[in-house]
Amino acid sequence: MVELFHQLASGLALGGVYAITALALVMIFQATQLVNFAQGEMAMFSTYIAWWLMQNGWDYWQAFGVTVVFSFVGGVVIERVVVRPFAQAPVLASVIVFIGLSFIFNALAGFFFGYSVQSFDTPFDGRPWFGNKFMSAHESGSVVVSLVVLALVFAFFRFTPLGLAMRAAAQNPASARLVGVRVGWMLALGWGLAAAIGAVAGMMAAPIVYLDPNMMGGILLYAFAGAVLGGIDNPWGAVFGGFTVGIAENLLGAYVVGEEVKLSVALIIIIGVLVAKPSGLFGRRIVARV
Amino acid sequence: MSAILAARGLKAFYGQIEALHGVDFEVEEGGVTALLGANGAGKTTTLRAISAMIRREGNLEFRGKRMTARAPEDVARLGVAHVPDGRGTFTDLTVEENLRLGAYVRRDRAAVKADFQRIFGYFPRLAERIHQQAGTLSGGEQQMLAISRALLLKPSLLLLDEPSFGLAPLVVAEIFRILRAINESEGVSILIVEQNANLALDLATRAYLLETGRVVVGGAASAIRADDSVRRAYLGY
Ligand SMILES: Nc1ncnc2c1ncn2[C@@H]1O[C@H](COP(=O)(O)OP(=O)(O)OP(=O)(O)O)[C@@H](O)[C@H]1O
Ligand SMILES: [Mg+2]
Repeated sequence: MVELFHQLASGLALGGVYAITALALVMIFQATQLVNFAQGEMAMFSTYIAWWLMQNGWDYWQAFGVTVVFSFVGGVVIERVVVRPFAQAPVLASVIVFIGLSFIFNALAGFFFGYSVQSFDTPFDGRPWFGNKFMSAHESGSVVVSLVVLALVFAFFRFTPLGLAMRAAAQNPASARLVGVRVGWMLALGWGLAAAIGAVAGMMAAPIVYLDPNMMGGILLYAFAGAVLGGIDNPWGAVFGGFTVGIAENLLGAYVVGEEVKLSVALIIIIGVLVAKPSGLFGRRIVARV
Repeated sequence: MSAILAARGLKAFYGQIEALHGVDFEVEEGGVTALLGANGAGKTTTLRAISAMIRREGNLEFRGKRMTARAPEDVARLGVAHVPDGRGTFTDLTVEENLRLGAYVRRDRAAVKADFQRIFGYFPRLAERIHQQAGTLSGGEQQMLAISRALLLKPSLLLLDEPSFGLAPLVVAEIFRILRAINESEGVSILIVEQNANLALDLATRAYLLETGRVVVGGAASAIRADDSVRRAYLGY
């Protein structure tokens, strides 16, 4: 029983990481109808920046803050320089751009920081919180950080004029431009936010999965499974899906399929949902654009 | 007559295809100017060209200055509000959010608040449905919402693309009554596109008739209405 709770609780920790990564995927999808396959490698690269800063003596939270800001700016620049030129191109061209981006970040990380596995600090070390037997301090802390990120993102979209403008731009770009919304910049901003969220996800995951250039591969797959499960066009659904996948992954890994093949759980979820209910649990039916 | 907007040899393009072949017209400052014509004449295209939604050539003067804005978001900032063909509702957002977007470029918060109240005076039904998802409004309500959204920009020029389209006669009458009030009491100049020539000529002070991307007749609305041959040939009544 204790073991079951333990598995559930650690599922929650990575579930939070999947949830915010899924949210980042949904943000880009809502604006462009494209899944950003480079999301994971961008997050991995951001995590290396934080690691490098800390190697050079920076305090954790300083490195965290600088990394998030740097990632935001990086996301904006990538959208403007790399993604924008393909906005009118066929979907396949964009997909190839995303895949190319992920190879580039993977190679850059290896080149600058090496391919060996590194441990990554957590600010939440020491004794478990509140005498919680089932979660390490880092697991508790990372759930809290994920929840804070979710709250901030939702508050931004719900309560600020800029958040409203971004939703309008994603939904009806022509109308948004007529009321004065700079739709192009809203897309860039979306990429910036997604990159910043990814940086947080990477920094929360790294103490658990360890830091190496391939650390985000599995995480992106789980996050995508979560987004598909909840409905790729529904932010709340994606968050729910992310947590669900985190817990399911841990339980199935521990009790059913074993650690070695549990990544295939993600694939089974993705394929299962796409076959049985393509819109996901909470999504709208995705109607192909003609 | 002084013109708030003047077009000289205005051309507009969809990709490489020229859809407007050099039209001249003037929108009267403080008045209502109607753009009439059959399906496919180029009415919507003219409004899109003004709002820089499509590529244009030729000369467009707004308040005596050449309009150099090359993107719709910049045209909006000049004070030109556009109620597009099909109403352009943000269907997944609430009525309130749609209206807030109308005032997106404004920074005078207190005045925006007052404008909300003024608009609810014109369209009390929107006030009742303020938290409703805009896509669930009736066609007439969505047209009211589109006009309100445009007014919240505090425009000096309002472009309207077939505000009567698909609406019941009573609703159309109500909307046109309010458009007249907006024009008369707030001094907003209006350029209105309509298939329903009768309706538009009632409201308008000037009118132009478009045919396949060219202006064929233009002048005082009363003169166009009185001209039997024009009426028979182009307006079909
Ligand atoms: N998006 C588009 N792409 C290509 N051609 C277009 C497009 N929209 C309109 N056209 C063409 O431009 C010409 C003028 O069309 P426009 O929509 O301006 O007509 P309209 O006068 O508004 O007609 P209606 O009364 O039917 O709305 C037509 O020949 C039309 O086929
Ligand atoms: Mg039209």
